[in-house]
Amino acid sequence: MTNCPECDANISIPRDALEGEIITCPDCGASFELAKGADGFDLKPAQTVGEDWGQ
Amino acid sequence: MTNEITVLYDTIRWEEKALLEAGKKKNTNLQMLDCKKLSLDLDKKPDDYGIVLQRCVSYYRNLHSTAGLEGMGVNVVNCLNTGIFAGNKLFTHMLLKKHGIATPFATVSFSKDAALETLEKHGYPQVIKPTVGSWGRMVSKINDRDSAEGIIESREKMYPIYQIHYLEEFVQRPPRDIRAIVVGDKVVAAIYRSSGNGSWKTNMALGGVAEECKVSNEMEDICIKAKDAVQGQIVGVDLMESKDKGLLVHEINNTTEYKNTVRVCGVDIPSLMIDHVLNLSK
Repeated sequence: MTNCPECDANISIPRDALEGEIITCPDCGASFELAKGADGFDLKPAQTVGEDWGQ
Repeated sequence: MTNEITVLYDTIRWEEKALLEAGKKKNTNLQMLDCKKLSLDLDKKPDDYGIVLQRCVSYYRNLHSTAGLEGMGVNVVNCLNTGIFAGNKLFTHMLLKKHGIATPFATVSFSKDAALETLEKHGYPQVIKPTVGSWGRMVSKINDRDSAEGIIESREKMYPIYQIHYLEEFVQRPPRDIRAIVVGDKVVAAIYRSSGNGSWKTNMALGGVAEECKVSNEMEDICIKAKDAVQGQIVGVDLMESKDKGLLVHEINNTTEYKNTVRVCGVDIPSLMIDHVLNLSK
């Protein structure tokens, strides 16, 4: 569990989460990328969908 | 420990996590590599990657990392040619035609005036698509001259790729299309994608609804030919059921998403992908 840097709501990080995964705050909808921190994961603002993203 | 497979990604989606799990289940030496942290010394021998499974969601990152790695002698799935060919709808169209695979009628025009002339000549509605792009972004159905002028004029102010006016017939079809996942020489599963919100677009990214699609021999044959046309190994082939022309291939995806196909069809696609890559190294 960590706090949303935007709205301070609780964000739960899944146990199988991986570095680089995108998680979204359930309250404000902001998206964050999981980055390895000293103690688990840090949240950094995620890139919104890039113009060249796709499959 | 020597890596057998490197999954090269820039965003972890369900698909990439499933590949990691599939690798673990098979006791594969699989490393996950974030392309955003990758720097390639292009004039040196490559690191120990094994075979690289290219999963970058960014078109340019995908294409250029493949070019670098492949140039350094690394086996990348899918290869650079597949990224180039499948990543561009015009290139794909030409290769499909060359290989005798049915695809919607299309034109390309290189200015606003030429595009408007083409639209008048072939009639409305038509669909304008960026040659490079995905998830239905910037794809518009043009119903008449007024909307054509508005849409094309807007594109004249954008990045130059949007001034390549690729126009496709609006195919008369049921309100759905088909996504078939090809791994090697087999279509491992397919889904119907129905427009979820009354939209004519069926992209899952836009709320399309997935249902299992039984793979016919005809569909399998078309999909394998389509995969071969773009020199692919693991691709998602998109087809439409034209009322008068039968199955038409309209897109090939070289970094295909498959979450909904696994969910609906119950086929372990990530394991099949890992098996395919492991077989390449034998």
